[in-house]
Amino acid sequence: MSDFDQVRLVDVSRHFGRRRAVSHVSLSARSGEIVGLLGPNGAGKSTLIGVLATLVAPTSGGVYYGDGSRGADAALRKRIGLLAHEPHLYPELSARQNLTFFAELYGVKARETVDRALDAAGLGDRGEDEVSGFSRGMRQRLALERALLHRPRLVLLDEPFTGLDDRSVGVVTDRLRRLAADGAIVWLATHDLDLADGLVTHVALMRDGRMLVNEPAAPGLRARYRALIGSA
Amino acid sequence: MFLKVALLVLRKDFAIEVRSREILFTTLFFALSCVLVFSFAFVKEGEPLEDAASGILWIAIAFAGTLALGRTFERERYGETLRALLLAPAPRPAIYVGKLIGIVLLLVVAEALLVPLVALLFQATLFARPLLLSGLLLAGTIGFCAVGTLFAAMLVRARTRDVMLPILLYPITVPVIIAGVRGTSALLQATPDEAAATMWIALLVCFDVVFVTLALWTFEPLMTE
Repeated sequence: MSDFDQVRLVDVSRHFGRRRAVSHVSLSARSGEIVGLLGPNGAGKSTLIGVLATLVAPTSGGVYYGDGSRGADAALRKRIGLLAHEPHLYPELSARQNLTFFAELYGVKARETVDRALDAAGLGDRGEDEVSGFSRGMRQRLALERALLHRPRLVLLDEPFTGLDDRSVGVVTDRLRRLAADGAIVWLATHDLDLADGLVTHVALMRDGRMLVNEPAAPGLRARYRALIGSA
Repeated sequence: MFLKVALLVLRKDFAIEVRSREILFTTLFFALSCVLVFSFAFVKEGEPLEDAASGILWIAIAFAGTLALGRTFERERYGETLRALLLAPAPRPAIYVGKLIGIVLLLVVAEALLVPLVALLFQATLFARPLLLSGLLLAGTIGFCAVGTLFAAMLVRARTRDVMLPILLYPITVPVIIAGVRGTSALLQATPDEAAATMWIALLVCFDVVFVTLALWTFEPLMTE
C-alpha cells in the first residue's frame, strides 16, 4: 500500500450550486505538522476537510497525496482518519461493537486494537454500554479513537474539542501532538483559538471560502485572528 | 474483500436491529395494518373482490418496503455514519450490497407473515404453488429493494428525503410491481397458470439483473458529494 508524507491542495474550489463554499484554495502540509484551519462559521473549513477526506469532490483544482493526485481509492482511504462534526458512531451499539465494526472494516486486528482504543478514550470500563447512554464528551472521545483505529497518516479533525471537559481537552491535545510527532499530518478545523494557539504548527485562516492567511503559527493567535477577520 | 465488507455491513445492521427491533416491528405493523384495511374495503359479506389478493399483497410489500428503506438509512444519517462507511477502505458498492441484503431479508420476514394473512382474509390459494410464489416474491423484492436502496442512500442528505423516496421509487419500480401482481394473479386462477407465472419470474429476474448492475455501477459516483 502506498504511503505519502505530504498533502497539497492546489487551487481547489468547491461550489454547491451558486454558493462558493471553497474558492481557489492552495495549501500544503507535511508529515509532523498540525495545520489549524481557522475562520468564522461558513468559512469553508468543513468543506475543505471533506475534500481532503475524498468525500467531497472539488469543482476545480486538485488534491495531491504525496507525489501525485489520486482518486478516492481504497488504499488512499486507508491512510485517512476523519473526526467530523457528527461522531460517526451507531448509538444503538455498544462502544466495543462500534469500534470492532470499524476495526474490521479497516482490516485491523479487532480485539487488541479495540481494547487499546477503549482505554485511550477513558472508556475501558464502559465498553459494553450503548453509545446512546454516553455524554457528549464521552462520544467525542470515542469518536476520536474510532477515527484513529487504523493509525492514519492523514488525520482530519473538525471541531474535535466540542463537548470535552478540561481534562479531556488536555488528553486530546497531547494525543494530537504525539500523532504529529509519530509522523501524521494533522488538519484541525476549530473555533477555539486558545486551544489552537500553541498546538498548531501552521495557520490557515479562511473566510467566505477564501484563504486569507497561510503562514507558520506564532504566539498571539487570537490577536492576529481579530485583526485579520476584523479588517477583511 | 467485497463479500467480507458486505457481510460486515449486514452483520452490523442485524446487531442494531436485534437491539432496537424498531424497523422490524414498524414494518410488520404497517404491512399487516395495510392488509387489514384493504380487507375491510374489498371483502363484502365474506366474499373477496376477484383478483384483489395479488394487488393487495404487492401494495403492502411496496409500502412496507418504502418504510423500511427510509428507516434503515435514517439510522445512517444520524451520526453521519454513512460518511464513515464511504470513507472506509472498502469497495463502496459492497456497502450497497450489504444494505440491500439486509432490507431484502427484512421484507422476506414481512412477506412470511403477509402471505398467510392475505390468503386467509381474501380466501386466496396462495400456497397452491409455493415454489413459484416464492420465486415471484423473492425476485420482485430484490428488484424493488435494488432501486430503493440506491435512492434511499442518495437521499440521505436531502431534507425532503421522506417525500422524494416514494416519488422517485414508485415510477421506476412500476414494472416490478406489475410483474409481481400479474405473476401472482396467474397463480391464483382456478387452474394456476404456471407458464405465465414462470414468464413473469423470468422478467423479474431480468429487472433484477439490470437494476442491481446499474446500482453497483452508479453507487460510488452518486455517493460522492
